[in-house]
Amino acid sequence: MIYLRIVWLHLRKDLQLEWRSREAVAGMLFFTLLIAVAFAMAFDPTGYPAMARQMSGGLLWVGLLFAATTSLNISWERERRNQVMDAHRMSAAPPSALFLGKAVANFLFVAFIEAVLAPVFIIFYNLHPLGELKWLWLILPLGTWAIVANGTFFAALGLRSRNRALMLPAILFPISIPALLGVTQATTAVITGDFEPGMWVRLIFGFDVIFTTACILLFETVLHAE
Amino acid sequence: MKRLFWMLCGLSVALLAWGFYEAVFVAPVEATMGSIYRIFYWHVPINISAEIFPYVNMIASIGYLWARRKNHSLALKLDALAIATAEITVLYVGLGLATGILWGRPVWGIWWAWDARLTSALMLFLLYVSYLLVRSFSSGGQGPVIAAVLSVFAGIDVPIVFMSIRWWRTQHPAPVLTGEGSLDPSMWPAFLWNMAAWFFWGCTLIWARYAIVRREQQIAEREAMEALEA
Repeated sequence: MIYLRIVWLHLRKDLQLEWRSREAVAGMLFFTLLIAVAFAMAFDPTGYPAMARQMSGGLLWVGLLFAATTSLNISWERERRNQVMDAHRMSAAPPSALFLGKAVANFLFVAFIEAVLAPVFIIFYNLHPLGELKWLWLILPLGTWAIVANGTFFAALGLRSRNRALMLPAILFPISIPALLGVTQATTAVITGDFEPGMWVRLIFGFDVIFTTACILLFETVLHAE
Repeated sequence: MKRLFWMLCGLSVALLAWGFYEAVFVAPVEATMGSIYRIFYWHVPINISAEIFPYVNMIASIGYLWARRKNHSLALKLDALAIATAEITVLYVGLGLATGILWGRPVWGIWWAWDARLTSALMLFLLYVSYLLVRSFSSGGQGPVIAAVLSVFAGIDVPIVFMSIRWWRTQHPAPVLTGEGSLDPSMWPAFLWNMAAWFFWGCTLIWARYAIVRREQQIAEREAMEALEA
């Protein structure tokens, strides 16, 4: 119970900081919107509805992945100011609680972006999903958690290295390929209605369970890496 | 140790030369593909070795994480081994991809297909390139720790990548060593010679890299000691 309380304290702190500055969410929102616009310019989604159905799942997730990396770097950048990281290191609180609190906070930020941008995507790309939309209630949270849990971990990993901004995508993207494959396939399945997304949802779920466990177990090593 | 290294080096060069002779001059011409199939004698052995070295890297990394607080000199050795195996993994997977591409163009008619094995190999390549990038970006004492953690993640990721991409699509020929369409008995010697040759050559390169990294570590330690004493 104490552990959950510490997670909640970290989460509340991150939400409070974000509420005051609104820099991560505003940045992500604008960034993803720009990606949607840029892709709409590259091909004509209203002219080719079948192609738009095929591609929009992938585009949505690529946009979210890019946007999430910007916000993940910001979320740890806050801890660097005033040597907060050193305070975390000396604190008696379990390090994995810090990780979980921050991951949940980032999850909520990216989920908010999805809630705003999913309708925008549907309007911009003139989408008429042909599959069962209720799957998205499972696919979106699981996929977001896959990106955000690993992303929070790797952003912490690269915290003290040179080229921080470059390092996060360099690690996160190759590791997340199975999750990215799973979410884009599942989302495309829902939008086109061509096949069942169930198998891909299981893959993302497995990915989430395995990597969240690994992150929680290894976070202490990363926090004290010197 | 030095003599042993040069013996291994000589052995693997001799094996490479003999394997080349066996594959190009002795092995028979394949029925449907003609002589192009001979790339297989390098492609498969290189890829088999390329799948062994990442596990050495992961085991060395786990060992490093375990030993870094208890046994400093052992931890440094394991870290040097991790660097060496990661670099040779990138080299071997790169060679495997290159030989595959050279074979794919005449046989499939395309340089690259987004097929299960090709994509998995590409992912393995990307994972270890990112590992080397992390090593070069991170400075100070935390570099090895970060790299070791990343190696554990990569080790977890590889089976998931293989499985997920197999669900996705398959075009690559079925394994020729096991299962249907297996290798003709006359082709086995050339294959096995090359298998041994590329494995030993990889080990030689890893040993050489390991020795270089160890010397770099010793220089860094000596400099640190001198700075302390000064």
